[in-house]
Amino acid sequence: MLNTLSRILRTGILTEPTLEPRTSNLEPAVDTLQQALWAILGRALCIRHVDAGSCNGCELEIHALNNPYYNLEGAGIKFVASPRHADLLLVTGPVSVNMEEALRRTYDAIPDPKMVIAIGDCGTCGGIFGASYATRGPVAAVIPVTHNIPGCPPTPAAIMAGILQAISTR
Amino acid sequence: MKFLLTNRVPHVRRSPIAPTMGLPLLEPRTSNPEPRTFPMIFDSFEHPMTPLPSNIPCSHASLTAVEWQRAMDELKEIGATFLTLWGADDSNPDNCDHDRGFSIHAAFLLPEGAVVLSHNIAYLTNPTYPTIAPSFPAAARMERATRDLLGISSTAPDQRPWLNHNAWPTTHPLRRELKSCHSERSEEPPHFARAATTPYPFVTVEGDGVHEIAVGPVHAGIIEPGHFRFSVVGEKVLRLEERLGYTHKGVAKLFESLPQKDGHQLAARVSGDSAVAFSWAYCAALESITGAAAPARATSLRALALEHERLANHLGDLGALGNDAGFALGLTQFSRLKEDLLRANVEAFGERYLFNYILPGGVASNLPQPAYPHLVHLYRTLDYEVAGLRAIYDEHGGLQDRFREAGLLSRDLALRLGAVGLAARASGVARDLRIDHPWPPYDQSAKFATQIVTETGGDVAARVLMRFREIFESLRLCRALLADLSHTSVEAGPVQIAVPIAEPDRLGIGLIEGWRGPVMIALETGADGAIRRCHAHDPSWQNWPLLEYAILGNIVPDFPLINKSFNLSYSGPDG
Repeated sequence: MLNTLSRILRTGILTEPTLEPRTSNLEPAVDTLQQALWAILGRALCIRHVDAGSCNGCELEIHALNNPYYNLEGAGIKFVASPRHADLLLVTGPVSVNMEEALRRTYDAIPDPKMVIAIGDCGTCGGIFGASYATRGPVAAVIPVTHNIPGCPPTPAAIMAGILQAISTR
Repeated sequence: MKFLLTNRVPHVRRSPIAPTMGLPLLEPRTSNPEPRTFPMIFDSFEHPMTPLPSNIPCSHASLTAVEWQRAMDELKEIGATFLTLWGADDSNPDNCDHDRGFSIHAAFLLPEGAVVLSHNIAYLTNPTYPTIAPSFPAAARMERATRDLLGISSTAPDQRPWLNHNAWPTTHPLRRELKSCHSERSEEPPHFARAATTPYPFVTVEGDGVHEIAVGPVHAGIIEPGHFRFSVVGEKVLRLEERLGYTHKGVAKLFESLPQKDGHQLAARVSGDSAVAFSWAYCAALESITGAAAPARATSLRALALEHERLANHLGDLGALGNDAGFALGLTQFSRLKEDLLRANVEAFGERYLFNYILPGGVASNLPQPAYPHLVHLYRTLDYEVAGLRAIYDEHGGLQDRFREAGLLSRDLALRLGAVGLAARASGVARDLRIDHPWPPYDQSAKFATQIVTETGGDVAARVLMRFREIFESLRLCRALLADLSHTSVEAGPVQIAVPIAEPDRLGIGLIEGWRGPVMIALETGADGAIRRCHAHDPSWQNWPLLEYAILGNIVPDFPLINKSFNLSYSGPDG
């Protein structure tokens, strides 16, 4: 127990006031994100994620959003288990034919007004997989998409910037 | 009909510690090594085995149906490790000449190296081949997938579809009548049958109080899609049946539309967490066929990238395993260490996840000079921090209570089911390609020779411990590789050479021990630098069925923990 407590003290708070490297002024700090959320939504943002056929690369970067450096939950953004609790649907991957129905159902289950963000090159434009007998290509080919975050995979900073942009333009 | 392995010319394994007479342990590196092969004799067939281009010793034989069946019995008897099974349509797509029929290929690992057996099937209405699932149960799902993709059936009783969820616009996409993957789009009608409308015949369990819990394909977390059907009494799991294939993206068909020089890009995206292993396996196959060996410096950098991939995944898993047992500190601590590693990757390799680092003929970039001290510091930090966290995990009663005896997989069961990789090693099955069949640079110096890590528990605790110990071993390898890289100057040579176009109709094998287990690429070349067929195999194929056994008798709330302790890929085997 002492070991655990001393580790917590020693590690301290790692959440970055600003994200490095800044490639554009669109990359927000956690506090900016939090203020924007408060101003626009007035409450926390709930996200449901669906992997519609990705290679798992984008999922790894979405996982990273919750590590202490990015601390997305600290900014008031929460990943929820049920689509019925969600404001925003985060979709990765080229939509595989086998996932099309599940994606549509998840989309339908989210209460209006809903936002959809397509993550990664595959979700944005089909990526290397494109459209084939097994894939529908971009997410927009299956459900309405409000915002795209390209990248293979996009960095956590790019995903945060994309989420902020999507909320701002709501 | 007894037995196989009489090596006419014994394959001499290089001793990891050769007598050095005071000289450095580095063995001379040849720029273009001869393909390493081993001749073998099987009792069950008379054809000689021919060498196959590969990064490890590899032999090939074409068999009749009877020989195919007998060979499987022999291979089982001598304890061969089943690697993968795949099929190909050998027809000529230009003149629709079906004379050459289909091929079914199976690959195995023996102490001497890899063996690929092929059996030709005539182009009939219902092409069939003898099933190998009785000898190698892991092949059952691969046979079902081969049927979906090619329309060639095994004689196994289970003929349910696996990858095809009855929503594709085509019946057998890998048959040659179809042209490229992309041109298919324009011919499709706008709407087709919906997958969910076709029920899948799960095996049901009946009895007093037995009920089913259906989970997925969309799970309550940031995770890939798949369906799990539990039959339970109260909390206790009586049976689990997996249904996968949701992320099938037509990878095999897509390979056929790519030139050889670009195939590594798709290979890296078969399973995103194993990008290095898959792209290296692809490049190893292509380089073996063409005889263009990557420069020594590039192979060291590839190994460094592969070990970084192993470290990143193990760090992520250890955090997630702590979290799944309710220990949030584990997730916080390990995810920050993983982030430190990913940021170091940007400096050393130019990207966080190494999707574009390994190229045919070498790697994308040399290690920049400022990265050396930073990596040395990173390895030291990781060593220290992970050791501290291991002590915390070991001493935490609540955590150990959840880990121990959960998801037990005995050594006997692991062997019978053909477990591979990390999951097999956690059940005491000592198999690791880096040790059993080391390829450059793992074979080139005692320093790069990996020490095998095994546990005997076979439970979640053993798979957790495996990851801790493999992290320390990977860090040791990273330090050795980095020291070697820093001894030779940056200008020591190129990190990429040109790879010529391979001649058509050659089969090459790339086998790399990824963080989950052996990743394999079987590459068949076409004319003018095209890919005729490329089969990418993820070790999750073998290990998914293990989970169905490991969960038996456990309670449903332990499933996420047990599942995470295997952490298998969906995208990889779905293809």
